[in-house]
Amino acid sequence: MQAANNGLRVLDEGMPFLLVSAVKVILVFTVVMVVVAMLTLLERKVSAWMQDRLGPNRVGPGGLLQPAADGLKNILKEETNPAEAHGVFFTLAPMLSIIPALVTFAVIPFASPLPTPWGVTGMIVADLPVGILFLLAFSSLGVYGIVIAGWASFNKYALLGGLRAGAQMISYEIALGLSLMSLFFVTGNVGLPEIVYAQQSMNLWFALPFAVSFFFFWISCFAETNRLPFDLPEAESELVTGYHTEYSSMKFSMFFIAEYAHVLTVSALMATLFLGGWDIPGWGGDDMLGFGPDGQWIGAAPAWWKTILTFGAFALKTFFFIMVFMLVRWTVPRFRYDQVMDLGWKIMLPAALAAVVITAATVLALDSAGEPFVRVGDNGVRGTFTVWGGLVLTAVNLAMLAIVLWVMDRGRTLAGTGALDEKRAAARALARRRAELRQSPVRPAPAPAAHTQRVV
Amino acid sequence: MSINVKVMKRPQGKSSYIRASLKGMALTFRHMVDPKTVTIQYPDQKKELSPRWRGTHVMETHEDGRPKCVACGLCPTICPANCIKLVPGEDDQGNRYPIVYEIDEFRCIFCGMCQEVCPVEAIHVGQHYENAEYTRASFVYDLDRLMKQTHPSTLLWDPSDPAGE
Repeated sequence: MQAANNGLRVLDEGMPFLLVSAVKVILVFTVVMVVVAMLTLLERKVSAWMQDRLGPNRVGPGGLLQPAADGLKNILKEETNPAEAHGVFFTLAPMLSIIPALVTFAVIPFASPLPTPWGVTGMIVADLPVGILFLLAFSSLGVYGIVIAGWASFNKYALLGGLRAGAQMISYEIALGLSLMSLFFVTGNVGLPEIVYAQQSMNLWFALPFAVSFFFFWISCFAETNRLPFDLPEAESELVTGYHTEYSSMKFSMFFIAEYAHVLTVSALMATLFLGGWDIPGWGGDDMLGFGPDGQWIGAAPAWWKTILTFGAFALKTFFFIMVFMLVRWTVPRFRYDQVMDLGWKIMLPAALAAVVITAATVLALDSAGEPFVRVGDNGVRGTFTVWGGLVLTAVNLAMLAIVLWVMDRGRTLAGTGALDEKRAAARALARRRAELRQSPVRPAPAPAAHTQRVV
Repeated sequence: MSINVKVMKRPQGKSSYIRASLKGMALTFRHMVDPKTVTIQYPDQKKELSPRWRGTHVMETHEDGRPKCVACGLCPTICPANCIKLVPGEDDQGNRYPIVYEIDEFRCIFCGMCQEVCPVEAIHVGQHYENAEYTRASFVYDLDRLMKQTHPSTLLWDPSDPAGE
């Protein structure tokens, strides 16, 4: 086994590297764009099923060609440019919003490394050592597109949408970053393949040991993608369609693609960070990291069928998060602006901070107690996590999550629908007051028949 | 005087966000996996019309193709939307017939009073509703067009048989 691993070469130079990279870029871009197109159809289908409708079913079998028809329509449609809009920024904004959404996919590993005749190549477009930092930087860049669109449109609704997007992004970016900090304590690395490997060698997906982080990250992702219940930037009922009110044809379509690309990226990211990425649970054959700094292969031997299998696992996990995104979108109504800010600053920020501190303390305590979290990838050292450290973290985090949920529930921060009996009592009191008003001596007394019929 | 705004006191202990959201998501999920669709796929499937459906008019004809209308003038008189145009004529035997009989289907409110009032059961409203046109003028149906309509005419409500048995 060791000998076979030593025979592996890294594919990082020369013509084959360029070729393989180009193929990966084209493949990933194509797959992402096709999936994004399919997501627009899926969203319409899912919403239709939830509302007992059929959804688009005219173009192609079962409506499968609907995205193509939509795209064609949007390309052929006439573009309207508002006379007062800022020419350059108005055109720049859709590009600025679509590029970060697509670029972030570059650092997400989508399958186990693939052996090629020229060496082993990781199934990731750009294996950046700064992985998550790159991701955070670019995902927050996405809001520039929205803010600039709102400002350049010369439209008050668009401007309001842009402002809201900016405020929301600032509020939730903090919780997003903070919730990821706990992960770094354990992985000691910000590269996404390393994080996947840490989960594999711990035999525990990070959704459990970092349940609080997972929860906060999830909520922040809803805010990040501007989807319900955080779709304040485009709140149809208040702001027409918010920041893209003035956009038409393909520019509008680009905002649309950007939103769904964001959903896809964020779902893939959550699958990678918290559900083990391309890890197939309970099977050690896919536990491979790639090449350590000294050129030594770390983990199990790669194989092409493993790549396909792990890609399937990754796709399934991503799909799960996408479905949750859609389920939430068509269930939960939009937050009020003050609720969004309350949730972001009063709950998520302090709670995420507290969670970071407590997790750090737990990791330190475990470390002192002889349960070390060895840094993966440092000098080619393999991770020697044991599942026990993870289980202790799980217990601590689940306790924290229970507290967070208990605080968030019970109407303390987000008032839900009031209890029905109180509503009924209020309605009864109102009806009684109205009845008394009607019987006031100023007005003529009502006929006896009508009097007996009145329901008080 | 100030305006009274009803302020609902939110019951802190009883209300819930998380639980209520989860409940709602369970409901939408149930519908997603098992949609109770009642959609009628319109151009392919059509809803069965009630026998009393009042739609596009039909002019009944004799066997020799003449309209049954005797140009008595009752229908333009009773028409509440004033959509029937009738110019009566008389032949050598003294039989009255319509020279011009036009119904503006755009103006018509499909109340069916023309059918109710017709003494010779000539004009009918019918069980038909697909009458889209490209121009406003083509909504005015002349006598020939009214006679060519093939759809079944409406069964009017009979006061002596209110349930329609």
